[in-house]
Amino acid sequence: MLLHHNFELAARRLPDKLALVSGTQRLSYRELQQQVHTLAQTLRSDGVVASDRVLVLLENSVEFAVALHAVLALGATFVPVSPMAKPDKLRFIAADAQARALLTHAQLATTWTPLIEQAAGAIVCRVAGDLAKLAPRPQVRAWPSAETSAETIDATCTEEDLAALIYTSGTTGVPKGVMLSHRNLVSARASVQAYMGMREDDVIGLALPAAFSYGLSNLLLGLGLGATVVLDRWAAFPVKLLETLQRERVTVFPGVPTLFGAVLELQNLARFDLSAIRLITNAAAALPEQHLHRLRAAFPKASVFSMYGLTECVRASYLPPEQLDEHPGSVGRGMPHQEHWLVDDEGLRLPDGSTGELVLRGPHVMRGYWNRPAETAERLRPGPLAGEHVLHTGDLFRSDAQGWLYFVARRDDIIKSRGEKVAPREVENVIHELDAVTACAVVGVADPALGEAVKAYVTLRPGSAVVPRDIVKHCLARLESYMVPKWVEIVDELPRTESGKIRHASLR
Amino acid sequence: MDDVKAGIRRYIEDNFIMGARQVALGDADSFLEHHVLDSTGFLELIAYLEQAHGIKVEDDEMLPENLDSLDNVAQFLARKRAA
Repeated sequence: MLLHHNFELAARRLPDKLALVSGTQRLSYRELQQQVHTLAQTLRSDGVVASDRVLVLLENSVEFAVALHAVLALGATFVPVSPMAKPDKLRFIAADAQARALLTHAQLATTWTPLIEQAAGAIVCRVAGDLAKLAPRPQVRAWPSAETSAETIDATCTEEDLAALIYTSGTTGVPKGVMLSHRNLVSARASVQAYMGMREDDVIGLALPAAFSYGLSNLLLGLGLGATVVLDRWAAFPVKLLETLQRERVTVFPGVPTLFGAVLELQNLARFDLSAIRLITNAAAALPEQHLHRLRAAFPKASVFSMYGLTECVRASYLPPEQLDEHPGSVGRGMPHQEHWLVDDEGLRLPDGSTGELVLRGPHVMRGYWNRPAETAERLRPGPLAGEHVLHTGDLFRSDAQGWLYFVARRDDIIKSRGEKVAPREVENVIHELDAVTACAVVGVADPALGEAVKAYVTLRPGSAVVPRDIVKHCLARLESYMVPKWVEIVDELPRTESGKIRHASLR
Repeated sequence: MDDVKAGIRRYIEDNFIMGARQVALGDADSFLEHHVLDSTGFLELIAYLEQAHGIKVEDDEMLPENLDSLDNVAQFLARKRAA
Protein backbone atom coordinates (compact mmCIF):
# COMPACT_ATOMS: atom_id res chain seq x y z
CA MET A 1 0.00 0.00 0.00
CA LEU A 2 1.23 3.49 -0.80
CA LEU A 3 0.77 6.37 1.62
CA HIS A 4 -1.88 8.26 -0.36
CA HIS A 5 -4.07 5.25 -1.15
CA ASN A 6 -6.06 5.68 2.05
CA PHE A 7 -6.93 9.22 1.00
CA GLU A 8 -8.03 8.05 -2.45
CA LEU A 9 -10.17 5.33 -0.84
CA ALA A 10 -11.70 7.82 1.59
CA ALA A 11 -12.50 10.16 -1.30
CA ARG A 12 -14.20 7.34 -3.20
CA ARG A 13 -16.19 6.28 -0.13
CA LEU A 14 -17.13 9.75 1.15
CA PRO A 15 -17.01 12.20 -1.78
CA ASP A 16 -19.36 14.73 -0.19
CA LYS A 17 -17.88 14.58 3.30
CA LEU A 18 -16.14 17.72 4.55
CA ALA A 19 -12.41 16.97 4.25
CA LEU A 20 -10.68 20.29 4.90
CA VAL A 21 -11.41 23.62 6.54
CA SER A 22 -8.90 26.42 6.16
CA GLY A 23 -9.95 29.99 6.93
CA THR A 24 -13.13 30.50 4.93
CA GLN A 25 -12.42 27.59 2.58
CA ARG A 26 -14.33 24.35 3.03
CA LEU A 27 -13.62 21.42 0.74
CA SER A 28 -15.30 18.08 0.35
CA TYR A 29 -13.24 14.97 -0.33
CA ARG A 30 -14.29 15.12 -3.98
CA GLU A 31 -13.21 18.76 -4.32
CA LEU A 32 -9.91 18.07 -2.58
CA GLN A 33 -9.29 15.02 -4.76
CA GLN A 34 -9.98 17.05 -7.92
CA GLN A 35 -7.40 19.61 -6.85
CA VAL A 36 -4.92 16.85 -6.09
CA HIS A 37 -5.38 15.18 -9.47
CA THR A 38 -5.18 18.52 -11.29
CA LEU A 39 -1.93 19.46 -9.59
CA ALA A 40 -0.45 15.99 -10.15
CA GLN A 41 -1.27 16.15 -13.87
CA THR A 42 0.14 19.68 -14.06
CA LEU A 43 3.39 18.68 -12.36
CA ARG A 44 3.73 15.74 -14.69
CA SER A 45 3.36 17.99 -17.72
CA ASP A 46 5.94 20.30 -16.07
CA GLY A 47 8.34 17.36 -16.31
CA VAL A 48 8.22 16.03 -12.75
CA VAL A 49 8.61 12.26 -12.67
CA ALA A 50 8.50 9.55 -10.02
CA SER A 51 11.35 9.80 -7.46
CA ASP A 52 11.91 13.50 -8.21
CA ARG A 53 12.15 15.62 -5.07
CA VAL A 54 9.50 18.31 -4.83
CA LEU A 55 9.97 21.11 -2.31
CA VAL A 56 6.81 22.30 -0.58
CA LEU A 57 7.12 25.70 1.10
CA LEU A 58 3.63 26.47 2.38
CA GLU A 59 1.75 27.50 5.49
CA ASN A 60 -0.98 25.22 6.86
CA SER A 61 -3.44 25.62 3.99
CA VAL A 62 -5.53 23.85 1.40
CA GLU A 63 -2.55 24.09 -0.94
CA PHE A 64 -0.39 22.18 1.53
CA ALA A 65 -2.81 19.24 1.68
CA VAL A 66 -3.19 19.29 -2.12
CA ALA A 67 0.58 19.48 -2.68
CA LEU A 68 1.22 16.58 -0.31
CA HIS A 69 -1.16 14.19 -2.03
CA ALA A 70 -0.31 15.35 -5.56
CA VAL A 71 3.40 14.72 -5.05
CA LEU A 72 2.67 11.29 -3.57
CA ALA A 73 0.30 10.45 -6.44
CA LEU A 74 3.16 11.05 -8.89
CA GLY A 75 5.45 8.72 -6.98
CA ALA A 76 7.66 11.74 -6.30
CA THR A 77 9.25 12.62 -2.96
CA PHE A 78 7.62 15.24 -0.76
CA VAL A 79 10.15 17.65 0.79
CA PRO A 80 8.42 20.00 3.24
CA VAL A 81 10.23 23.20 4.16
CA SER A 82 9.00 25.27 7.09
CA PRO A 83 7.41 28.54 5.91
CA MET A 84 9.55 30.15 8.62
CA ALA A 85 12.75 29.16 6.79
CA LYS A 86 14.93 31.96 5.51
CA PRO A 87 16.17 32.06 1.89
CA ASP A 88 19.53 30.40 2.56
CA LYS A 89 17.92 27.42 4.31
CA LEU A 90 15.61 26.89 1.33
CA ARG A 91 18.54 27.13 -1.05
CA PHE A 92 20.52 24.65 1.02
CA ILE A 93 17.71 22.11 1.07
CA ALA A 94 17.00 22.57 -2.64
CA ALA A 95 20.65 21.90 -3.50
CA ASP A 96 21.09 19.06 -1.04
CA ALA A 97 17.95 17.28 -2.21
CA GLN A 98 18.55 18.21 -5.86
CA ALA A 99 14.98 19.35 -6.02
CA ARG A 100 13.16 19.33 -9.34
CA ALA A 101 10.19 21.47 -8.37
CA LEU A 102 8.90 23.92 -5.79
CA LEU A 103 5.28 24.32 -4.70
CA THR A 104 4.77 27.54 -2.79
CA HIS A 105 2.77 30.76 -2.33
CA ALA A 106 3.17 34.33 -3.58
CA GLN A 107 3.23 35.59 0.02
CA LEU A 108 6.48 33.71 0.58
CA ALA A 109 8.21 35.31 -2.42
CA THR A 110 10.99 36.89 -0.33
CA THR A 111 11.95 33.38 0.74
CA TRP A 112 11.89 31.59 -2.63
CA THR A 113 12.84 34.31 -5.15
CA PRO A 114 16.61 34.02 -4.51
CA LEU A 115 16.45 30.26 -5.10
CA ILE A 116 14.48 30.54 -8.34
CA GLU A 117 16.72 33.31 -9.67
CA GLN A 118 19.76 31.18 -8.97
CA ALA A 119 18.24 27.93 -10.25
CA ALA A 120 17.70 29.52 -13.71
CA GLY A 121 15.09 27.07 -14.91
CA ALA A 122 16.37 23.89 -13.25
CA ILE A 123 13.57 24.08 -10.70
CA VAL A 124 10.01 24.42 -11.91
CA CYS A 125 7.85 26.49 -9.62
CA ARG A 126 4.07 26.48 -9.12
CA VAL A 127 2.89 29.42 -7.02
CA ALA A 128 -0.47 29.81 -5.34
CA GLY A 129 -2.01 33.17 -4.55
CA ASP A 130 -1.76 36.44 -6.44
CA LEU A 131 1.22 36.54 -8.78
CA ALA A 132 0.42 40.06 -10.00
CA LYS A 133 3.05 41.77 -7.85
CA LEU A 134 5.79 39.30 -8.69
CA ALA A 135 8.35 39.88 -11.44
CA PRO A 136 7.42 37.48 -14.25
CA ARG A 137 9.80 34.59 -14.74
CA PRO A 138 9.27 31.70 -17.18
CA GLN A 139 9.75 28.98 -14.59
CA VAL A 140 7.37 30.63 -12.10
CA ARG A 141 3.92 29.39 -13.04
CA ALA A 142 0.51 29.81 -11.50
CA TRP A 143 -1.06 27.14 -9.34
CA PRO A 144 -3.54 25.33 -11.61
CA SER A 145 -7.28 25.76 -11.08
CA ALA A 146 -9.07 22.53 -10.29
CA GLU A 147 -10.32 20.58 -13.27
CA THR A 148 -13.20 18.27 -12.49
CA SER A 149 -12.10 15.91 -15.23
CA ALA A 150 -8.51 15.49 -14.07
CA GLU A 151 -7.71 11.80 -13.80
CA THR A 152 -5.76 9.91 -11.19
CA ILE A 153 -2.18 9.14 -11.87
CA ASP A 154 -1.05 5.69 -10.82
CA ALA A 155 2.29 6.20 -9.16
CA THR A 156 4.88 3.80 -10.51
CA CYS A 157 6.67 3.23 -7.29
CA THR A 158 6.88 0.64 -4.55
CA GLU A 159 6.47 0.76 -0.79
CA GLU A 160 10.25 1.02 -0.44
CA ASP A 161 10.45 4.21 -2.46
CA LEU A 162 10.65 7.53 -0.68
CA ALA A 163 7.39 9.25 0.15
CA ALA A 164 9.08 12.10 2.01
CA LEU A 165 12.42 13.67 2.75
CA ILE A 166 12.11 15.67 5.97
CA TYR A 167 15.02 17.87 6.95
CA THR A 168 16.01 17.94 10.59
CA SER A 169 18.66 19.81 12.54
CA GLY A 170 21.79 17.97 13.61
CA THR A 171 24.67 18.68 15.94
CA THR A 172 26.96 19.65 13.06
CA GLY A 173 24.64 22.57 12.39
CA VAL A 174 23.91 21.33 8.88
CA PRO A 175 20.38 19.99 8.34
CA LYS A 176 20.00 16.38 7.20
CA GLY A 177 17.18 14.89 5.14
CA VAL A 178 15.40 11.99 6.85
CA MET A 179 14.41 9.49 4.17
CA LEU A 180 10.96 8.08 4.87
CA SER A 181 9.56 5.46 2.52
CA HIS A 182 5.88 4.77 1.87
CA ARG A 183 6.30 1.72 4.08
CA ASN A 184 7.82 3.79 6.90
CA LEU A 185 4.95 6.28 6.91
CA VAL A 186 2.17 3.76 6.32
CA SER A 187 3.32 1.60 9.24
CA ALA A 188 3.89 4.61 11.53
CA ARG A 189 0.37 5.74 10.74
CA ALA A 190 -1.02 2.27 11.46
CA SER A 191 0.79 2.13 14.81
CA VAL A 192 -0.55 5.53 15.83
CA GLN A 193 -4.07 4.62 14.76
CA ALA A 194 -3.85 1.35 16.69
CA TYR A 195 -3.32 3.16 19.99
CA MET A 196 -5.16 6.41 19.42
CA GLY A 197 -8.32 5.12 17.76
CA MET A 198 -9.09 8.19 15.65
CA ARG A 199 -12.46 7.89 13.93
CA GLU A 200 -14.01 8.90 10.63
CA ASP A 201 -16.30 11.29 12.49
CA ASP A 202 -13.41 13.05 14.20
CA VAL A 203 -12.54 16.68 13.49
CA ILE A 204 -8.82 17.38 13.91
CA GLY A 205 -7.87 20.94 14.85
CA LEU A 206 -4.37 21.30 13.44
CA ALA A 207 -2.58 24.44 14.63
CA LEU A 208 0.74 22.63 14.53
CA PRO A 209 2.85 23.25 11.42
CA ALA A 210 2.13 20.52 8.84
CA ALA A 211 5.69 20.97 7.54
CA PHE A 212 7.04 19.10 10.58
CA SER A 213 6.53 15.38 11.10
CA TYR A 214 4.13 15.67 14.06
CA GLY A 215 1.69 17.94 12.20
CA LEU A 216 2.22 16.08 8.95
CA SER A 217 1.33 12.74 10.51
CA ASN A 218 -1.92 14.18 11.87
CA LEU A 219 -2.82 15.49 8.42
CA LEU A 220 -2.06 12.13 6.78
CA LEU A 221 -3.95 10.20 9.44
CA GLY A 222 -7.02 12.43 9.31
CA LEU A 223 -7.36 12.56 5.53
CA GLY A 224 -6.53 8.87 5.29
CA LEU A 225 -9.46 8.01 7.56
CA GLY A 226 -12.11 10.19 5.97
CA ALA A 227 -12.11 12.52 8.96
CA THR A 228 -12.27 16.33 8.78
CA VAL A 229 -9.08 18.33 9.22
CA VAL A 230 -9.31 21.98 10.26
CA LEU A 231 -6.07 23.74 9.35
CA ASP A 232 -5.30 26.67 11.57
CA ARG A 233 -2.52 29.22 11.54
CA TRP A 234 -3.55 31.12 14.62
CA ALA A 235 -1.08 29.69 17.10
CA ALA A 236 0.01 33.33 17.52
CA PHE A 237 -3.54 34.30 18.57
CA PRO A 238 -4.84 31.65 20.96
CA VAL A 239 -8.25 33.35 21.19
CA LYS A 240 -8.74 32.91 17.43
CA LEU A 241 -7.60 29.32 17.68
CA LEU A 242 -10.13 28.56 20.41
CA GLU A 243 -12.88 30.26 18.40
CA THR A 244 -12.03 27.88 15.56
CA LEU A 245 -11.95 24.84 17.85
CA GLN A 246 -15.37 25.84 19.19
CA ARG A 247 -16.97 26.73 15.86
CA GLU A 248 -15.87 23.56 14.10
CA ARG A 249 -16.61 21.33 17.11
CA VAL A 250 -13.05 19.99 16.96
CA THR A 251 -12.69 16.57 18.62
CA VAL A 252 -8.93 15.99 18.35
CA PHE A 253 -6.43 18.64 19.45
CA PRO A 254 -2.73 17.84 18.96
CA GLY A 255 -0.29 20.26 20.54
CA VAL A 256 3.09 20.92 22.11
CA PRO A 257 3.68 22.33 25.62
CA THR A 258 4.18 25.91 24.34
CA LEU A 259 0.83 25.88 22.55
CA PHE A 260 -1.00 24.32 25.51
CA GLY A 261 0.67 26.87 27.79
CA ALA A 262 -0.58 29.76 25.65
CA VAL A 263 -4.13 28.33 25.68
CA LEU A 264 -4.09 27.69 29.42
CA GLU A 265 -2.84 31.25 30.10
CA LEU A 266 -6.07 32.74 28.81
CA GLN A 267 -8.22 34.23 31.55
CA ASN A 268 -11.39 33.66 29.53
CA LEU A 269 -10.73 30.01 28.60
CA ALA A 270 -13.90 28.89 30.38
CA ARG A 271 -16.18 30.88 28.08
CA PHE A 272 -15.30 28.72 25.09
CA ASP A 273 -17.36 25.59 24.53
CA LEU A 274 -14.66 23.02 23.84
CA SER A 275 -16.69 20.08 25.10
CA ALA A 276 -16.37 18.30 21.75
CA ILE A 277 -12.64 17.73 22.32
CA ARG A 278 -12.22 14.06 23.17
CA LEU A 279 -8.50 13.57 22.38
CA ILE A 280 -5.57 15.79 23.25
CA THR A 281 -2.08 14.72 22.25
CA ASN A 282 1.28 16.10 23.30
CA ALA A 283 4.66 15.45 21.69
CA ALA A 284 7.92 17.21 20.76
CA ALA A 285 8.73 18.07 24.37
CA ALA A 286 7.77 16.77 27.78
CA LEU A 287 4.51 18.13 29.16
CA PRO A 288 5.27 19.67 32.56
CA GLU A 289 3.10 18.14 35.29
CA GLN A 290 1.51 21.52 36.04
CA HIS A 291 0.37 21.84 32.39
CA LEU A 292 -0.96 18.30 32.54
CA HIS A 293 -3.09 19.00 35.62
CA ARG A 294 -4.46 22.22 34.15
CA LEU A 295 -5.16 20.57 30.77
CA ARG A 296 -7.12 17.76 32.40
CA ALA A 297 -9.02 20.29 34.51
CA ALA A 298 -9.82 22.48 31.50
CA PHE A 299 -10.83 19.51 29.30
CA PRO A 300 -12.31 16.97 31.70
CA LYS A 301 -13.91 14.93 28.93
CA ALA A 302 -10.73 14.57 26.90
CA SER A 303 -8.19 11.75 27.00
CA VAL A 304 -4.67 13.16 27.08
CA PHE A 305 -1.96 11.24 25.26
CA SER A 306 1.59 12.03 26.28
CA MET A 307 3.78 10.84 23.41
CA TYR A 308 7.36 10.71 22.24
CA GLY A 309 8.67 10.47 18.72
CA LEU A 310 11.35 11.65 16.37
CA THR A 311 11.39 12.51 12.68
CA GLU A 312 13.58 9.45 12.05
CA CYS A 313 10.62 7.13 12.73
CA VAL A 314 7.69 9.54 13.21
CA ARG A 315 6.54 8.19 16.59
CA ALA A 316 7.90 5.77 19.17
CA SER A 317 5.93 5.77 22.37
CA TYR A 318 2.66 6.83 23.97
CA LEU A 319 1.30 6.77 27.50
CA PRO A 320 -2.18 5.26 27.71
CA PRO A 321 -4.34 8.06 29.18
CA GLU A 322 -5.57 5.83 31.98
CA GLN A 323 -1.95 5.55 33.19
CA LEU A 324 -1.52 9.31 33.69
CA ASP A 325 -2.15 9.20 37.42
CA GLU A 326 0.13 6.22 38.03
CA HIS A 327 2.98 7.28 35.74
CA PRO A 328 2.56 11.03 35.22
CA GLY A 329 5.96 11.85 33.73
CA SER A 330 6.24 8.77 31.53
CA VAL A 331 5.91 8.61 27.73
CA GLY A 332 4.75 5.02 27.94
CA ARG A 333 6.11 1.66 26.92
CA GLY A 334 6.58 2.00 23.20
CA MET A 335 3.81 1.48 20.65
CA PRO A 336 2.30 -1.27 18.47
CA HIS A 337 4.41 -2.89 15.71
CA GLN A 338 7.64 -1.75 17.31
CA GLU A 339 10.29 -3.27 19.53
CA HIS A 340 12.38 -1.06 21.79
CA TRP A 341 15.09 -1.36 24.40
CA LEU A 342 17.72 0.70 26.22
CA VAL A 343 21.45 0.34 25.63
CA ASP A 344 24.55 1.44 27.52
CA ASP A 345 27.52 3.30 26.02
CA GLU A 346 28.82 0.07 24.51
CA GLY A 347 25.51 -0.66 22.83
CA LEU A 348 24.60 -3.55 25.16
CA ARG A 349 20.97 -4.12 26.06
CA LEU A 350 19.98 -3.04 29.56
CA PRO A 351 17.29 -4.59 31.77
CA ASP A 352 14.23 -2.71 33.06
CA GLY A 353 15.12 -0.29 35.81
CA SER A 354 18.15 1.11 33.95
CA THR A 355 19.04 4.36 32.20
CA GLY A 356 20.37 4.27 28.67
CA GLU A 357 19.86 5.27 25.04
CA LEU A 358 16.54 4.24 23.51
CA VAL A 359 16.85 1.95 20.49
CA LEU A 360 13.90 1.26 18.18
CA ARG A 361 13.16 -1.58 15.78
CA GLY A 362 10.28 -1.72 13.33
CA PRO A 363 9.01 -0.99 9.82
CA HIS A 364 8.67 2.72 10.61
CA VAL A 365 12.43 3.26 11.06
CA MET A 366 13.81 5.62 8.39
CA ARG A 367 15.85 4.44 5.43
CA GLY A 368 18.67 6.76 6.47
CA TYR A 369 19.85 10.34 5.99
CA TRP A 370 19.92 11.53 2.38
CA ASN A 371 23.51 11.46 1.09
CA ARG A 372 24.98 11.25 4.59
CA PRO A 373 26.43 7.79 4.99
CA ALA A 374 28.50 8.66 8.08
CA GLU A 375 25.60 10.20 10.01
CA THR A 376 23.36 7.36 8.87
CA ALA A 377 25.82 4.76 10.16
CA GLU A 378 25.83 6.53 13.54
CA ARG A 379 22.08 6.23 13.98
CA LEU A 380 21.17 3.09 12.02
CA ARG A 381 23.07 0.12 13.37
CA PRO A 382 22.80 -3.56 12.42
CA GLY A 383 19.81 -5.27 14.01
CA PRO A 384 19.24 -8.86 15.10
CA LEU A 385 18.35 -10.06 11.57
CA ALA A 386 20.82 -10.01 8.68
CA GLY A 387 20.50 -6.83 6.66
CA GLU A 388 18.20 -5.01 9.04
CA HIS A 389 18.88 -1.83 10.93
CA VAL A 390 17.72 -0.48 14.23
CA LEU A 391 17.48 3.19 15.17
CA HIS A 392 19.62 4.66 17.93
CA THR A 393 17.46 7.61 18.95
CA GLY A 394 20.16 9.69 20.63
CA ASP A 395 17.77 10.14 23.57
CA LEU A 396 18.45 8.87 27.08
CA PHE A 397 15.59 7.26 28.95
CA ARG A 398 15.11 5.71 32.34
CA SER A 399 12.83 2.70 32.61
CA ASP A 400 11.20 1.58 35.84
CA ALA A 401 10.73 -2.01 36.95
CA GLN A 402 7.70 -2.46 34.66
CA GLY A 403 9.40 -0.85 31.69
CA TRP A 404 7.63 2.52 31.78
CA LEU A 405 9.89 5.02 30.02
CA TYR A 406 10.91 8.43 31.37
CA PHE A 407 12.84 10.89 29.19
CA VAL A 408 16.13 11.91 30.81
CA ALA A 409 18.13 13.96 28.30
CA ARG A 410 19.45 14.05 24.77
CA ARG A 411 22.86 12.46 24.23
CA ASP A 412 23.84 15.40 22.07
CA ASP A 413 23.47 19.10 22.71
CA ILE A 414 20.35 19.74 20.63
CA ILE A 415 18.07 22.32 22.29
CA LYS A 416 14.28 21.89 22.22
CA SER A 417 12.63 25.30 22.19
CA ARG A 418 8.87 25.61 21.61
CA GLY A 419 9.02 21.92 20.73
CA GLU A 420 11.40 22.61 17.84
CA LYS A 421 14.96 21.33 17.49
CA VAL A 422 17.68 23.94 17.60
CA ALA A 423 21.26 22.92 16.87
CA PRO A 424 23.63 25.15 18.86
CA ARG A 425 26.22 24.80 16.12
CA GLU A 426 23.82 26.12 13.50
CA VAL A 427 23.14 29.25 15.58
CA GLU A 428 26.83 29.66 16.44
CA ASN A 429 27.76 29.47 12.75
CA VAL A 430 25.35 32.28 12.00
CA ILE A 431 26.57 34.46 14.88
CA HIS A 432 30.14 33.91 13.71
CA GLU A 433 29.26 35.61 10.43
CA LEU A 434 29.43 38.89 12.32
CA ASP A 435 32.88 40.32 11.97
CA ALA A 436 32.95 41.63 15.51
CA VAL A 437 32.38 38.19 17.07
CA THR A 438 35.52 36.40 18.18
CA ALA A 439 33.89 33.43 19.88
CA CYS A 440 30.43 32.25 20.78
CA ALA A 441 28.69 29.38 22.53
CA VAL A 442 24.97 28.66 22.32
CA VAL A 443 23.19 26.67 25.03
CA GLY A 444 19.65 25.94 26.15
CA VAL A 445 18.40 27.39 29.44
CA ALA A 446 15.19 26.40 31.19
CA ASP A 447 12.20 28.56 30.27
CA PRO A 448 8.67 28.16 31.64
CA ALA A 449 6.88 28.94 28.37
CA LEU A 450 9.36 27.67 25.80
CA GLY A 451 10.67 24.56 27.55
CA GLU A 452 14.18 25.69 26.77
CA ALA A 453 15.22 29.14 25.62
CA VAL A 454 18.18 29.65 23.30
CA LYS A 455 20.99 31.61 24.91
CA ALA A 456 24.17 32.82 23.25
CA TYR A 457 27.35 33.78 25.05
CA VAL A 458 29.51 35.96 22.84
CA THR A 459 32.96 37.51 22.99
CA LEU A 460 33.65 40.55 20.81
CA ARG A 461 36.62 42.23 19.23
CA PRO A 462 37.96 44.98 21.52
CA GLY A 463 36.34 48.31 20.80
CA SER A 464 33.34 46.76 19.05
CA ALA A 465 30.04 48.62 19.44
CA VAL A 466 27.91 45.53 18.83
CA VAL A 467 25.09 45.07 21.35
CA PRO A 468 22.95 41.95 22.01
CA ARG A 469 20.07 43.35 19.96
CA ASP A 470 22.32 43.54 16.88
CA ILE A 471 23.14 39.87 17.27
CA VAL A 472 19.46 38.97 17.64
CA LYS A 473 18.53 40.96 14.53
CA HIS A 474 21.31 39.31 12.56
CA CYS A 475 20.02 35.89 13.64
CA LEU A 476 16.45 36.87 12.72
CA ALA A 477 17.57 37.53 9.16
CA ARG A 478 19.29 34.16 8.84
CA LEU A 479 17.46 31.64 11.01
CA GLU A 480 13.96 30.40 11.70
CA SER A 481 12.48 32.49 14.50
CA TYR A 482 12.45 29.68 17.07
CA MET A 483 16.24 29.31 16.64
CA VAL A 484 16.95 32.96 17.37
CA PRO A 485 18.50 33.47 20.82
CA LYS A 486 16.12 34.82 23.43
CA TRP A 487 19.14 35.82 25.51
CA VAL A 488 22.47 37.15 24.34
CA GLU A 489 25.18 37.76 26.90
CA ILE A 490 28.37 39.49 25.92
CA VAL A 491 31.21 38.15 28.06
CA ASP A 492 34.94 38.68 28.35
CA GLU A 493 35.76 35.07 27.72
CA LEU A 494 34.18 31.65 27.36
CA PRO A 495 35.10 28.75 29.63
CA ARG A 496 37.48 26.45 27.81
CA THR A 497 38.98 23.00 28.31
CA GLU A 498 42.72 22.50 28.55
CA SER A 499 42.90 21.83 24.83
CA GLY A 500 41.15 25.12 24.13
CA LYS A 501 37.68 23.84 23.23
CA ILE A 502 34.72 25.77 24.55
CA ARG A 503 33.18 24.01 27.51
CA HIS A 504 29.45 24.27 26.77
CA ALA A 505 28.51 22.30 29.85
CA SER A 506 29.86 25.03 32.13
CA LEU A 507 27.57 27.59 30.58
CA ARG A 508 24.14 26.11 31.23
CA MET B 1 -1.97 58.81 15.09
CA ASP B 2 1.06 59.25 12.80
CA ASP B 3 3.42 59.68 15.74
CA VAL B 4 2.02 56.55 17.35
CA LYS B 5 2.40 54.56 14.12
CA ALA B 6 5.92 55.86 13.60
CA GLY B 7 6.85 54.82 17.12
CA ILE B 8 5.54 51.29 16.68
CA ARG B 9 7.15 50.99 13.27
CA ARG B 10 10.46 52.01 14.81
CA TYR B 11 10.05 49.47 17.65
CA ILE B 12 9.30 46.69 15.18
CA GLU B 13 12.13 47.64 12.86
CA ASP B 14 14.53 47.81 15.80
CA ASN B 15 13.53 44.47 17.24
CA PHE B 16 12.13 42.31 14.50
CA ILE B 17 12.75 43.39 10.94
CA MET B 18 15.05 40.91 9.30
CA GLY B 19 18.41 42.63 9.57
CA ALA B 20 20.05 42.92 6.21
CA ARG B 21 16.97 42.25 4.13
CA GLN B 22 15.14 45.26 2.75
CA VAL B 23 11.60 44.48 3.74
CA ALA B 24 9.25 47.31 2.89
CA LEU B 25 6.47 47.00 5.41
CA GLY B 26 3.27 48.81 4.49
CA ASP B 27 0.99 50.28 7.15
CA ALA B 28 -1.70 47.75 6.33
CA ASP B 29 0.57 44.73 5.85
CA SER B 30 -0.06 41.73 8.09
CA PHE B 31 2.92 41.07 10.38
CA LEU B 32 2.04 37.35 10.36
CA GLU B 33 1.76 36.98 6.63
CA HIS B 34 4.96 38.92 6.02
CA HIS B 35 6.76 36.88 8.67
CA VAL B 36 7.71 39.95 10.66
CA LEU B 37 6.27 38.59 13.90
CA ASP B 38 5.54 35.08 15.06
CA SER B 39 3.68 33.91 18.18
CA THR B 40 6.50 34.90 20.52
CA GLY B 41 6.94 38.17 18.66
CA PHE B 42 3.32 39.15 19.28
CA LEU B 43 3.74 38.52 23.00
CA GLU B 44 6.76 40.82 23.01
CA LEU B 45 4.83 43.45 21.03
CA ILE B 46 2.01 43.28 23.58
CA ALA B 47 4.48 43.68 26.45
CA TYR B 48 5.97 46.70 24.68
CA LEU B 49 2.56 48.30 24.02
CA GLU B 50 1.49 47.80 27.64
CA GLN B 51 4.69 49.29 28.92
CA ALA B 52 5.14 52.14 26.44
CA HIS B 53 1.47 53.19 26.27
CA GLY B 54 0.28 52.35 29.76
CA ILE B 55 -2.51 50.04 28.65
CA LYS B 56 -3.53 46.49 29.49
CA VAL B 57 -4.25 44.13 26.59
CA GLU B 58 -7.02 41.73 27.62
CA ASP B 59 -7.24 38.13 26.37
CA ASP B 60 -10.23 39.03 24.20
CA GLU B 61 -8.22 41.80 22.57
CA MET B 62 -5.35 39.55 21.47
CA LEU B 63 -6.69 39.42 17.95
CA PRO B 64 -5.21 40.08 14.52
CA GLU B 65 -7.77 42.89 14.08
CA ASN B 66 -6.03 44.72 16.93
CA LEU B 67 -2.43 43.66 16.51
CA ASP B 68 -1.63 42.34 13.08
CA SER B 69 -0.56 45.48 11.21
CA LEU B 70 0.64 49.01 11.97
CA ASP B 71 -2.79 50.42 11.11
CA ASN B 72 -4.54 47.88 13.33
CA VAL B 73 -2.23 48.53 16.29
CA ALA B 74 -2.57 52.32 15.96
CA GLN B 75 -6.37 52.12 15.80
CA PHE B 76 -6.42 49.71 18.72
CA LEU B 77 -4.31 52.06 20.84
CA ALA B 78 -6.52 55.02 19.93
CA ARG B 79 -9.61 53.07 21.05
CA LYS B 80 -7.93 52.02 24.30
CA ARG B 81 -6.90 55.58 25.13
CA ALA B 82 -10.34 56.96 24.33
CA ALA B 83 -11.99 54.38 26.61
